[in-house]
Amino acid sequence: MNSIVPAPIAALPWRVILILFALVAIGTTVLYSAAGGSFQPWAGKHMLRFLVLAAITIVMSRMPLDFWKSITFPLYGVLILLLIAVEIVGFAGGGSQRWINLGFISIQPSEIMKPAIVLAAAWFFDKLPPGKINTLDAIWPIVALLVLPSFLVIIQPDFDAALAYIFCVVVVAFLAGLPIIYFWAGGAAIAVLAPIVFFFGLRPYQQDRVLIFINPEKDPLGAGYHITQSKIAIGSGGIFGKGFGNGTQSHLDYLPEGHTDFIFATMAEEWGLMGGIVILFLYYLLMRWGLTVAMQSRTRYGQLVAAGLTCTIFFYMMINLLMVVGFAPVAGLPLPFVSHGGSSMLTMMICIGIIMSIERHPGARRGQLT
Amino acid sequence: MIEKRAPTSGQLDISFSRRTALVGGVQATIGVVVAARMGYISIFENERYKLLSESNRINLTLIPPRRGWFIDRLGKPIATNRADFRVDIIPDRLVDKDATVKTLAQLLSLNQDDVDRILKEVTEAQGFQPVEVASGLDYESFARVSVRLPDLPGVSPRQGFSRYYPSGAAVGHLLGYVGVVSAEEYKLKRDPLMITPGFKIGKDALEKAFEPQLQGKPGARRTEVTARGKIVRELSTRNDTPGKPVQLAINVDLQNFAARRLGAESGSVVVIDCLTGDIVAMVSMPCFDPNSFSEGIGRMEWEMLSKDERVPLRNKSLQGLYPPGSTLKPMVGLALMKNGVDPDETVSCGGGYRLGNRVFKCLGRHGPMNMTSAIMKSCNTYFYSMSNRIGYDAIAPVAKDLGLGQRFPLPFASQSFGTVPDSTWKMKKYGKDWSNADTLNAAIGQGYMIASPFQLAVMASRIASGLKLEPDIMLKKRKPAPHLIYPEEHLAVVRKGMDLVVNGAGTAVRSRLELDGIQMAGKTGTAQVKAIKDGFRGKSGAWKYRDHGLFVCFAPTVNPRYAASVVIEHGMGGARAAAPVAKDVLTFLFDPDKAMASLEAFEAGWGGGIQERMDRQYAAFLASRGSAP
Repeated sequence: MNSIVPAPIAALPWRVILILFALVAIGTTVLYSAAGGSFQPWAGKHMLRFLVLAAITIVMSRMPLDFWKSITFPLYGVLILLLIAVEIVGFAGGGSQRWINLGFISIQPSEIMKPAIVLAAAWFFDKLPPGKINTLDAIWPIVALLVLPSFLVIIQPDFDAALAYIFCVVVVAFLAGLPIIYFWAGGAAIAVLAPIVFFFGLRPYQQDRVLIFINPEKDPLGAGYHITQSKIAIGSGGIFGKGFGNGTQSHLDYLPEGHTDFIFATMAEEWGLMGGIVILFLYYLLMRWGLTVAMQSRTRYGQLVAAGLTCTIFFYMMINLLMVVGFAPVAGLPLPFVSHGGSSMLTMMICIGIIMSIERHPGARRGQLT
Repeated sequence: MIEKRAPTSGQLDISFSRRTALVGGVQATIGVVVAARMGYISIFENERYKLLSESNRINLTLIPPRRGWFIDRLGKPIATNRADFRVDIIPDRLVDKDATVKTLAQLLSLNQDDVDRILKEVTEAQGFQPVEVASGLDYESFARVSVRLPDLPGVSPRQGFSRYYPSGAAVGHLLGYVGVVSAEEYKLKRDPLMITPGFKIGKDALEKAFEPQLQGKPGARRTEVTARGKIVRELSTRNDTPGKPVQLAINVDLQNFAARRLGAESGSVVVIDCLTGDIVAMVSMPCFDPNSFSEGIGRMEWEMLSKDERVPLRNKSLQGLYPPGSTLKPMVGLALMKNGVDPDETVSCGGGYRLGNRVFKCLGRHGPMNMTSAIMKSCNTYFYSMSNRIGYDAIAPVAKDLGLGQRFPLPFASQSFGTVPDSTWKMKKYGKDWSNADTLNAAIGQGYMIASPFQLAVMASRIASGLKLEPDIMLKKRKPAPHLIYPEEHLAVVRKGMDLVVNGAGTAVRSRLELDGIQMAGKTGTAQVKAIKDGFRGKSGAWKYRDHGLFVCFAPTVNPRYAASVVIEHGMGGARAAAPVAKDVLTFLFDPDKAMASLEAFEAGWGGGIQERMDRQYAAFLASRGSAP
């Protein structure tokens, strides 16, 4: 160990901090350009938010694994109550509401529920005796765990959040070792149910999103506008882009949400395919880090939480990128660490902080003394 | 159950590692898919998306080309372009139609008629078509609208050009007017220029016929715009190429004079150059004002024009058909001589001609008449008798030779060509044999015979020149016209008769030219509108039942230079109504000052010039409808 660097600083998880810093720096640069060459109103806040949250993750990484285990269910329970509270406040206010304003900070419980549900699922599979993994006892509690918050966000209505919960829980359940046949059966059920849900379960604006995703030219000025303009931004950028500050799609407002959901298109217009590949490579490093932490963790809880949270981040990334390149319907999910937006950054950094904590506390193998 | 044995925690660990690797693999695959898709869009579809991004960014605004002028034979402008400020509405950008139009009406002090027109056009315009709110605005009104623009989405004030006809109504039928492109016209060509605010195309007459030449090429202004249409900066501007001018054979001063000279009458004046066949004037009055038509005419004004019994919307010179009456007699004279009648042979007029048991009346008891005196006195008896001798089938070819019933390739879409009847025609049309009575009626220009004022002028010009002139509205070099088949002696006889009509003891002696050494020859005609019976003589009573007055003429009598026809609807007689107009019009060609002096005296009595009288008529019309102007 280098003696010049103090031990506490050298002990920080520098690998992941550098990856994140690179992503946030790219995000800041793009936001700076999107604001017409200004740190106001997005870029400065974005960087500042990251630095504050990064400090918090360092603190989180110091927490032992048992701390997370111990707060798992209280957190889950509080979030369920908050989701109900949001519903009541929204009902009383006469409109849909997703935030609870605590005065100094607005909390979006459906967002924080994403890492929380991973913790809850991991906690359950940790507690479940290994021999029972193939029995019905492994199924119903996890379904109950999933259905309650999903129902609460769907009536908001926030279909995207419910989808994220399902994805996270399914991934954790898969990694926990549920029989593979369940997942085949689930896939088959979706194939059958999807059309039924589409016609009877979705609201018209949600149906539109799907239809327009299939054929964006159908409605070039309406909902298909986003996808079309995003493809124009990426396509016109070419290999090396139009150059920093020269993106016309974003600067002249043709690209909607160019600083949030469609920031990847804003970036690609100015930096081209090369910029995109750099971001994808950084994500690759991030995912590899997360899954490596999971593999190296020696507790079942740690394994499942680290892998599950990595996949939570991956879910955001996947949906956003597939949407931006025109492979998925328009959904309101930002690009992790790059898009401007506080509540999603908070969720992402909670995930990172907990994974860091697992990296720091790999724990003892089962049967060993800690 | 697939797995028989309950798994141990070690097995779950191994399963976790395997499944995590699988998840990692799936993640990597999705990453590759995204990268591949992005590469495909940005490399293989780069050109296409670059184009789309440019067409997003750059807004191409067309600048309507200035329309080519119409100029007269001496180069004087007949139709020009006037720089003006205008305000348009783009219907599909309107947010609140009624409120916007109301605000504009206030700012520009529009009347209710205008507001009705705008609302109607905005409703019918289907979004793509700009609707003119007002044009020809002064800078103050323009500025008033411009500063309110943020509250008025869909309103487009701009500086441009509008068509201007200095002569106003005098050239309305000749030139037609311009207007915005209609939905049908746009569907045919889909040219973006057609829906550019301020762009107008010819809608009638020469404006329509010469559209390709007059239109010119639009300019363009390239601007960088935001998605909301806000202009960021101007990139480049290409000026318009104005349309080419069209030079007409018309003498615009004569045209204006003739239009004014017609006064309140409903009629037509056509003047043809006997040397070239140039149409130097073609006037039909009353007429709409092409300036107000081109700006988009109000509903009330349209209603007034379309209900007027003097049909200001019809070009009487080309579309009006009238029984030519006695103006045909010189033509019949030519036919008689061609068929062997000696012009010196006399017929004694005792006030009529007996055919079987029916007497065809003459207007007087003229005594012995030869051809010249019969033309001079307009003696029906002579022409009844002689025509009956040779038959009408021998006369009809001469009528056609002189232009009656003939089509002329003039650039006017709507023309009437009239009828020169003969036995074949009657058999085909009515399935009946031609009778001698038909011959007698046709010989004095009644019955089946009808012609347009333009054809009558052609007839006069051909008799005067002895040439088979092909009249043309365009000024251009033409091959000299061939001679008519009639010998000069025959032509001299009828010209002498026409000379005597004005300068001898004929029917139009009161319209003799008061010029030194220049005299006019002519022939009067009076055409019945309603059969003569029960004491009704067509000289009084309701305007629309009175006789038409016609006059064909040429001047000078020696080496004629100009020929003309004048038709006054319900003027009660050629000598009374038409010949005095012809006299002043021909005088204008030789001594404009003298003619103007006479005209100004008339106009003082009529209550002003064309525009003044039209304005007063419109005001009266509005008053009768109970709405303020």
